[in-house]
Amino acid sequence: MSDGIVPRRRFLARAAATASALVLSGCDRLSRTEWFPRVLDLAENWNHRAAQAVTPRKAMAQEFAESDRSPSFRSNGTADPGTDEYHAMAANGFADFRLAVAGLVGQPKFFTVAELRALPGRAQITRHDCVEGWSAIAKWKGVQLSAILDAVKPAAGARYVMFYCADPMEADGTDFYYESIDMDDAYHPQTILAYEMNDAALPVANGAPLRLRVERQLGYKHAKYVTAIALVDGFGNIAGGKGGYWEDNGYQWYAGI
Amino acid sequence: MPQDVATASPAPGYLYYRHRLPVRVMHWINVVALTIMFMSGLQIFNAHSRLYWGKSSYDGKPPVLTIAARPDAKGGLKGYTDILGREFDTTGVLGATQGADGRWTRTAFPGWITIPGTKWLSMARSWHFFFAWIFVLNGLAFVLYSIFSRHLARDLAPTSADLKGIGVSIRDHLRFRHPAGEAAKRYNVLQKLAYLVVIFVLLPLVILMGLAMSPWLNSLFPGWVDFFGGRQAARTIHFIAAWTLVGFVLIHVFEVVITGLWNNMRSMVTGRYRVTPEAAHE
Repeated sequence: MSDGIVPRRRFLARAAATASALVLSGCDRLSRTEWFPRVLDLAENWNHRAAQAVTPRKAMAQEFAESDRSPSFRSNGTADPGTDEYHAMAANGFADFRLAVAGLVGQPKFFTVAELRALPGRAQITRHDCVEGWSAIAKWKGVQLSAILDAVKPAAGARYVMFYCADPMEADGTDFYYESIDMDDAYHPQTILAYEMNDAALPVANGAPLRLRVERQLGYKHAKYVTAIALVDGFGNIAGGKGGYWEDNGYQWYAGI
Repeated sequence: MPQDVATASPAPGYLYYRHRLPVRVMHWINVVALTIMFMSGLQIFNAHSRLYWGKSSYDGKPPVLTIAARPDAKGGLKGYTDILGREFDTTGVLGATQGADGRWTRTAFPGWITIPGTKWLSMARSWHFFFAWIFVLNGLAFVLYSIFSRHLARDLAPTSADLKGIGVSIRDHLRFRHPAGEAAKRYNVLQKLAYLVVIFVLLPLVILMGLAMSPWLNSLFPGWVDFFGGRQAARTIHFIAAWTLVGFVLIHVFEVVITGLWNNMRSMVTGRYRVTPEAAHE
């Protein structure tokens, strides 16, 4: 034992604390640069490609038993779009609602909810995984997106399906929620526009009258209050250019992980 | 801690080449990647600071772990941690922390242990998934290297003599008596077992449970995640495995310090470890 031990230990503790503070503030500073998050987000593409490489194109998301359903399905994000226009539609049971489908299609169309209910549909009990970390299970019934696409005849150049929603994300009623998926997901059998949840009409809190279910991705892809669909060849010039409301706010477009 | 002094002072003996370059490089890449994975993981956890056992979070059962805050009588915040229904006051550390300006913030894990240091889920995910690739590729490279260079067979696999001496080794570790001199050129049996458990059980488990949380990879074989108790159970196992790794790191660093910090550090940086006559340590 020498007298040097205690000061040395104190020195080491201080050096460690200083080093970790430097590393931490360094990490935070890097997070706020232009270039570093772009480097980090290279991994989004690696994740997407790796997931596509190991899973078949039509691999089905797990479906659950009735008994697995959550006692109540949590409403996250918007619970009510809050606009006069939406309230008026909700007041008469969405009888005046029309889903617009346009963009790179041969035959742009409007659909009432009744017309959508007449198209090929699917019921599925699936798990909803929020990006925050929680999961909830519910039964969804809706029209297969592939059936809608078949009706409007997509053009050859269509690469993405955009979903435009009735809920503004800003308090002043602007910045409407939107999302996008690629054609693989669009034609996936479990990709539906749900009009029912747990054997009842879709509640306002969960996206009435139509919400997207894209079961192999996280919750923010499952756009609620869908009022219009557009087929596009790219989304770089739409809103923030990242393909969705949360994507424009830093979240990954590929939300399979 | 007598060894610390002995090895730090100019000592007799000779330098032994203990760790080869690939092992040293991969060790330090792993340190960086795991640290970032852990700290960004805690920031991700903060976005929903509850853990459950089962397929979903809302199945009528309470969470197994909750870290949260509620207002206290004096208008401040009380941080609490609830583990299996038992509540602990963790104000200042978990649930609610006080910033330099004296203001209280609701945050499960405090900013000094998360990346980024403020509530920022999307950025934490970006860090986590980028370094996940580095961590996994580095880990795979290490396993392949260890097999083909015979590092695994020669240095990590316990011999039957090792296993017979396990009782003695446990007793020695508890008394902080560690192999010195010529014996310090090899890993001791507890060290070997600890490394093997980390490399072949804990790290694969933490990776697998991370993948189990991916809704896309859930579709790989329908229902595979239920083998581990469901997606929310996988999240809980991911969390426990990560903290078990932290426990390993704390013991590892403790052992590094008490068996000669500078000598050990040099051997993991330059490869060379000073072997001193055993008598000097007794």
